Amino acid sequence: MENSRDPAAPLLEVRGISKSFGAVRALQEVDFTLRAGEIHALLGENGAGKSTLIKVVTGVFPRDAGVVRLGGEEVAPRSAKAALGAGIATVYQEVNLLPNLSVAQNLFLDRQPMRFGIVRDGEMRRRARALLADFGLDIDVAAPLGNYSVAIQHVTAIARAVDLSARVLILDEPTASLDRHEVEILFRIMRQLAGRGIGIVFVSHFLDQVYEISDRITVLRNGRLVGERETASLPRLELIRMMLGRELAETTSARASAGEHKPREVCASFENYGKTGYVTPFNLELRHGEVVGLAGLLGSGRTETARLVFGAERADRGQARVEGAAVRLHSPRDGVRHGFGYCPEERKTDGIVAELSVRENIVLALQAKRGLHRPLSRREQDEIARRYVRMLDIRPADPERSVGLLSGGNQQKVLLARWLATSPRLLVLDEPTRGIDVGAHAEIIRLIRELCDDGLSLLVISSELDEIVTYSDRVVVLRDRAHVEALAGEAIDVGNILAAIAADGAAPAHGAHA
Amino acid sequence: MRGLPPVLITAIVLVAGFALCAMQFPNIASTRVVGNLLTDNAFLGIVATGMTFVIISGGIDLSVGSVIGFTTVFVALAIERWGVPPLVAFVAILALSAAFGAAMGAVIHVFDLPPFIVTLAGMFLARGASFLLSTESVPITAPVYSTVSDFALRMPGGGRLTAVAIIMLVIVIGGALLLHLTRFGANVYALGGNRATASLMGVAVGKMTIKIYMLSSLLAGIAGIVFSFYTSAGYSLSAVGVELDTIAAVVIGGTLLTGGQGSVIGTFLGVLIQGLIQTYINFDGTLSSWWTKIATGVLLFAFIALQQGLVALARRPVAKSMGAAS
Repeated sequence: MENSRDPAAPLLEVRGISKSFGAVRALQEVDFTLRAGEIHALLGENGAGKSTLIKVVTGVFPRDAGVVRLGGEEVAPRSAKAALGAGIATVYQEVNLLPNLSVAQNLFLDRQPMRFGIVRDGEMRRRARALLADFGLDIDVAAPLGNYSVAIQHVTAIARAVDLSARVLILDEPTASLDRHEVEILFRIMRQLAGRGIGIVFVSHFLDQVYEISDRITVLRNGRLVGERETASLPRLELIRMMLGRELAETTSARASAGEHKPREVCASFENYGKTGYVTPFNLELRHGEVVGLAGLLGSGRTETARLVFGAERADRGQARVEGAAVRLHSPRDGVRHGFGYCPEERKTDGIVAELSVRENIVLALQAKRGLHRPLSRREQDEIARRYVRMLDIRPADPERSVGLLSGGNQQKVLLARWLATSPRLLVLDEPTRGIDVGAHAEIIRLIRELCDDGLSLLVISSELDEIVTYSDRVVVLRDRAHVEALAGEAIDVGNILAAIAADGAAPAHGAHA
Repeated sequence: MRGLPPVLITAIVLVAGFALCAMQFPNIASTRVVGNLLTDNAFLGIVATGMTFVIISGGIDLSVGSVIGFTTVFVALAIERWGVPPLVAFVAILALSAAFGAAMGAVIHVFDLPPFIVTLAGMFLARGASFLLSTESVPITAPVYSTVSDFALRMPGGGRLTAVAIIMLVIVIGGALLLHLTRFGANVYALGGNRATASLMGVAVGKMTIKIYMLSSLLAGIAGIVFSFYTSAGYSLSAVGVELDTIAAVVIGGTLLTGGQGSVIGTFLGVLIQGLIQTYINFDGTLSSWWTKIATGVLLFAFIALQQGLVALARRPVAKSMGAAS
């Protein structure tokens, strides 16, 4: 059967894959091609569809449309186990092995060498040592896997997958919890495996690593294929534009008139604020009636900055001030007390309480702020709910409906209403337009501008650069967990933001200014 | 191999306890007392071996005490009232209890229910069924029973290693071999580590779950037969609460209640510790026998605290980096 095969034929061919979750189209006619012996980076921001693509290819999710061919033959695994049987192995960031078993048992679970129904322990250990030696590891294979570092666990997972005769190896964020030295070892192993003709899919948001290791790059955005390029001939700026931006021509015109330049009062300020290993110390001033946008790639420190500002994470250095007075922000409770509000990115898990009604969700933060001994009467609750349902145009306009039944855009509005009900001075919005259809999208952006005109101070994170450009008075650009650039007024455009994100090499290690 | 430190601690507690008891009552350090200890706790050792598999796999089996009770009643009635030959009665009850365990395992797996609830239902079912058979104690007078009761190997020092003690020792050793040397045993640990991951790695989780609960109920059935030898009667109220003694023995033996770690040998030592406490109280003569429960409670508490400490230690990242040679 070998000779009939075209030698140049791709190892793994994905054609026209689509997948929807309810009304959300997670993948739309995505193509992906992996050749034997190449390391292929799969890139995209949060929600681009990388994980969904992997899970569809490996049979974790059933697909709605499209074909997957492995070595020219169509495959349709129904489970990760079936995919492994077909030769497609996945190693996730969270290692899928058993920490309580020995390294050797993990490598040979369910296929141990046997004699007379007894596991040949010595033989199993010998084989395990030999297998790991191929990967440059010399460890005690009889010790529990959990005793070893994540890096060793990763290598063990890869060794198991390769030994199970995987032809395609998918590594999902394998380097996220490794240090520099461990990353080098992993890369050496990846090159070695590619040299053996194994095709490797490398998912990562560390662009330096992508440029170091990959031969080819495929970029997804919003569930669609943006393009496939050779790494060597793809400038970094171009790559980031593929990941973030739409066509540049479209975006420049969208900038709203931020003409009026009246001096505004500082609402909250952060001096040399940061947390070791979380975000490099930064300076940030947030003024009344002003929107500050946070731009950067996934993992650049945007959400981390937002959490520090709100108090969801405790800073270990620096000073926060609210209306000029020094304050401590050690918990979300502190944040709420000083009039901050925070709408997190993961609406479903961190934001709304799906089982409760719109009314109950809206009054949640206000009630928490007032404390248990001053309950809001039902009449007050109804009034507040009605007011915000009308003001934000939440549909359907029924305060008693469960929030879980609302569309994404309306859920986002309920979250906004929750914080607005507490009459905050500062609102932090993390990806407020994620997973929302186009109509609601524009509406949320309009709301952001309106709130700002009412004197509220806003800190908004978004991966949509043209969107950030539209509503921000100032934009802070982050890279590698540090604030690297601050843009204001005329300087705010997509090109400048992209340039700041892409600027590579010696990024300033010390705090940048905003 | 795995879980050795907790087992070692259990062994030290047993040896130290034995030494303390022997200092106060020198007679305890005799094969006679040790032989009795093994005989008295034979049924507990058997059922605890099965429970060890269940708990290591991340489950629990609350039905074992009731299965023992049901077995004694069934065996007594079958032999004395229905005229069934004892051997046939034994085979029948073992088949029945194995099927019972398999059914519980299947329910746990298919409906994805917590083992606690399913085996709690099993506990009520088996206990209720034994009351249905007979509410009074049925003495067993079959000749096999006196033969088995009289059989014993003489140990040096005048101790007797009875038939039931031998059955228990064989099952403990067999259980240890099954757990530590076979693919089945490795899969039991895998299940306790993480069911989803084990399934991804190719372990047939459903079949394993059924087999594990089948094994536990089968051993509970054997323990029931042994219990009927020990008491020469069948009674629907026998072995009430034994499931809890069993779980205590398993945990004192160093098995993690959350699964993934443990050993049959440790469980055996845990059974012996409980037996030793009972023996001490018998020797003392003035203490209420309820002190056994109190002492067991204290020990259990100490062991759980100890395990949490060990787990916390193990969670600390070990400074073993890759390619340390470079």
